[in-house]
Amino acid sequence: MTPITPYHYLVLSAALFTTGLVGVLVRRNIIVVLMSIELMLNAVNINLAAFAWERQHAVGQVFAIFVVAVAAAEAAVGLGIILAFFRNKETLNLDDLDIMRW
Amino acid sequence: MTPLWLIPLIPAAAATVNGLVGIRWFPRGLSALVATLAIGAAFVLSAGVFAGLLQAPPGERMIETLLGDWIPQIPLATANGIGMFKVTWLLRADALAAVMLLVVTGIGLLIHVYAVAYMRDEPSGAYARFFCYLNLFCAFMLLLVLAGNFVVLFVGWEGVGLCSYLLIGFWYRKTSAANAGRKAFIVNRIGDLGFLLAIFLVFYTFGTVDFREVASAVAARPVEAAGLGVLSAICLLLTLGAVGKSAQIPLFVWLPDAMEGPTPVSALIHAATMVTAGVYLIARTAALFMHAPLVMQAIAVVGAATALLAAAVGLVQHDIKRVLAYSTISPIGYMCLAAGVGAFGAAIFHLATHAFFKALLFLGSGSVIHALGGEQDMRRMGGLRTRMPLTFATMAIAGLALAGIPPLSGFFSKDEIQVRVFEAHPWLFAVALLTTLVTAFYIARLMALTFMGSYRGGPWSPVASAAAASTAAAHGVRHPADAPAHGQAQRADHEVTHGPALRGPTSMARSAGGAGDAAHGALRGAPHDAPWTMTLPLIVLAVGALAAGWAGVPATMGGSDALGRFLTPVFAGLASNAAAAHAGRGTALGVMIASVLAAVAGGLAARYLYVTRPEVRPVLALRWRGLHALLYAGFRVDALYDATIVRGTLAAARGLRAIDLRVLDGAVDGVGVIARTGAWLSHMLDKYLVDGVVNAVARGAGRGSFLVRRLQTGLVQNYALMMVLGLFAFLTLYLLGG
Amino acid sequence: MLQPLMFYVLAGLILGLGVLVVTARNTVHGVLFLVANFLCVAVIFVMLAAEFLAIIQVLVYAGGIVVLYLFVVMLVNLRRPPAPPLDRRRQSRLGFALAAALLAEITAILVYSARQPARALDGVAQAPPALGNTEVVGMLLYSDYLVPFELASVLLLVAMVGAILLARKDS
Repeated sequence: MTPITPYHYLVLSAALFTTGLVGVLVRRNIIVVLMSIELMLNAVNINLAAFAWERQHAVGQVFAIFVVAVAAAEAAVGLGIILAFFRNKETLNLDDLDIMRW
Repeated sequence: MTPLWLIPLIPAAAATVNGLVGIRWFPRGLSALVATLAIGAAFVLSAGVFAGLLQAPPGERMIETLLGDWIPQIPLATANGIGMFKVTWLLRADALAAVMLLVVTGIGLLIHVYAVAYMRDEPSGAYARFFCYLNLFCAFMLLLVLAGNFVVLFVGWEGVGLCSYLLIGFWYRKTSAANAGRKAFIVNRIGDLGFLLAIFLVFYTFGTVDFREVASAVAARPVEAAGLGVLSAICLLLTLGAVGKSAQIPLFVWLPDAMEGPTPVSALIHAATMVTAGVYLIARTAALFMHAPLVMQAIAVVGAATALLAAAVGLVQHDIKRVLAYSTISPIGYMCLAAGVGAFGAAIFHLATHAFFKALLFLGSGSVIHALGGEQDMRRMGGLRTRMPLTFATMAIAGLALAGIPPLSGFFSKDEIQVRVFEAHPWLFAVALLTTLVTAFYIARLMALTFMGSYRGGPWSPVASAAAASTAAAHGVRHPADAPAHGQAQRADHEVTHGPALRGPTSMARSAGGAGDAAHGALRGAPHDAPWTMTLPLIVLAVGALAAGWAGVPATMGGSDALGRFLTPVFAGLASNAAAAHAGRGTALGVMIASVLAAVAGGLAARYLYVTRPEVRPVLALRWRGLHALLYAGFRVDALYDATIVRGTLAAARGLRAIDLRVLDGAVDGVGVIARTGAWLSHMLDKYLVDGVVNAVARGAGRGSFLVRRLQTGLVQNYALMMVLGLFAFLTLYLLGG
Repeated sequence: MLQPLMFYVLAGLILGLGVLVVTARNTVHGVLFLVANFLCVAVIFVMLAAEFLAIIQVLVYAGGIVVLYLFVVMLVNLRRPPAPPLDRRRQSRLGFALAAALLAEITAILVYSARQPARALDGVAQAPPALGNTEVVGMLLYSDYLVPFELASVLLLVAMVGAILLARKDS
């Protein structure tokens, strides 16, 4: 078995990112969409950590920590929006949220 | 060392205090005091900087303060390999900035003092809010002036845009004011996009955004005299930014509407300072522009066209503030013209003198509006000369200065520009001369309608006769029934600016001639001069309008051109600036005489039409009513933008239907439609050139935007899909390219 | 030998759980898969010598954020899963195709760059850190990245206030 290089981690990250992307694009349940976004952010974090490992410099990890902070903020606000939306429309279906057009 | 960074910081701090604490808790006096003291302190510091620079030898006329890094270092691709994108909070005061500092803080201080009394009737929360915005504006403007690189200037640039938006929509419960604010903001966005792209391109080309480094890098490049290179592209984009901010053709539409804001705001932001930021930007990046002569010519043409057309529109407006709005666009066109022929010093000189007399005109008109309880229609003014002698005298000085009558300030600055224009492009000089004539005419008309003759306004309380009431309603004056529609402040009806669509040409001619007398009546509380806090700024500005010109009397007139010599180091090394001196005394004298004659002729014509023989006017207005209506509607540019951009989606639906019909009905009908469209087009072109263009553009835009409309499904995930599509395209490009 | 094996097992787990999160019919199950996924990613972080990040991942993500999700899922408590006919404007197939293409492209880029000879790492300290991972991260956070760090705290505060405002019942 070949040794694990940073590229292995990057491919893993890309695959995880794409999985989350499919969830964001295809699912209609808002909560699942938000969870898919979390998956994508995790993929980004793997990416950052992999580079930090390759370069032997912790700055990548610092950025990953910021990503975690932003993800926490995003989850809090996003879930708040979901609650407000659910209270108004009695549904979690994204297709019912199409008033954003001309 | 002068603390340069304090100059923008003090007003910003005062704005913060007023905004966070003042709106809720400060009594009026305190918030006004905080604001006025802050701008006063900034003025004192600016004067210190100016004096310091004045004493320094020409080569060392510069103060720099580095406040620290903003963006430390980001490697980015440039034309010469990887460059380090580094932005610092660098403030730099050179001669050019010092002149602007004095103008901004000086006029700003006077207008703060004026506003203390002018805004007195506002509730105290709104009062503090007003001063908060005003101070914030000054802070951003000073940052803009002091910026040492493009990015910091952009921060100030966007900041003043924001404050302009906030202040135009100050009475935000009034729909027209809120709309005017949004319009100003959106129109400015177009220009700002150009400016932003210019910054990108500057960094891409030179690898730096510092003004001095860019200037020295430009000096090593050849002048792009023959074709358009990258320097020309940068200059074009910068020009787009300047055109938006300085309300030049084609982006001038926001400025007349901006008069919805309180009058001190119009005086400070939309006459003296912010709108001149475009000219300042061009002067600041003069080194770039000198290497793009084709763009310079374009600026000169745009400036000349704007100067003439705006002045022409100002001829027929009835709203006193609209006249002044167009009369602001016109001199800024003059400044652009000056910059376009390479006379940057003259442009800045005119900017400074214009700041004095235009601010004075606005403040004077504010006094008049104030005295008449909110009346802005000049057809219902008149005869105020005896009742408001001080306002009349100061405004007369400003008017003469604007018209360019010697020895007032406007004369010298205008003359310097005209000499330079004459040397560069004689045919543009003809346009400038015509503009001088028109300018003198409209300002004389304004003075005559406002101050001469007899008072034509009605009583301000609910009107007695039915005829007068209907006139009043048609003009949008406060009607007892629609009080709640305004009502943000007690004086929300104070500054009603009418849209041109409200009145047709015939009703205009009628009321201009006869009906004005019908509404004649007793005033409730005769108008009189304002309290001293309002008149003091008028007097100081009048002194400035009288004397500011002496700072830069050109050498050909026996003056010392102190301002020009002060500014020289800034524009040193720019080729055509050196050419300034060789103007022959004969040429200069000829230009001067021609320009004074034009101004006098314009003034006399106005006197004939508005004082000596007023009965001729309705006849003239009727004979030229097509032209009159066109001018009155500001060349219908607003209508054009409305038709192309605002109604784009509507026209899209219509275009879709037209396509459907054509496909269904077959080729024969199609040919018929095309022929009809052609005939209709030529008909419209024959009759109203402008209207024809408008509709054709609308139709084209409509059919084109059909596809775009389909993309707007409103589904969040579809928008996400578009993002992914973009990412995909980007990656594909990357893969294919490298 | 052990490390590659571990990596492949973890990668398989992470991707499998990710697919389960995306496809889960029952949202509660989805959230539980998400927790498992996060824990696996935390192990990946340990393999990448980012112990501090791994702990953050477990505490904040698996412990905090996911619990938030669980709360909301329980709160909205949808009895029947939404199953109206698919909106044709959504173009789900295009989404699948694009995502697949994107993955292919990224992988292609990665494979291509992996074949290139390794570039010199310019300007970056190559020496292994003398301190532990947590100390290094802490030093960076409180020296060079102090301002962003404080800004992040402000962001969290704002998000907290915003979430409370949004979720509050209309009075």
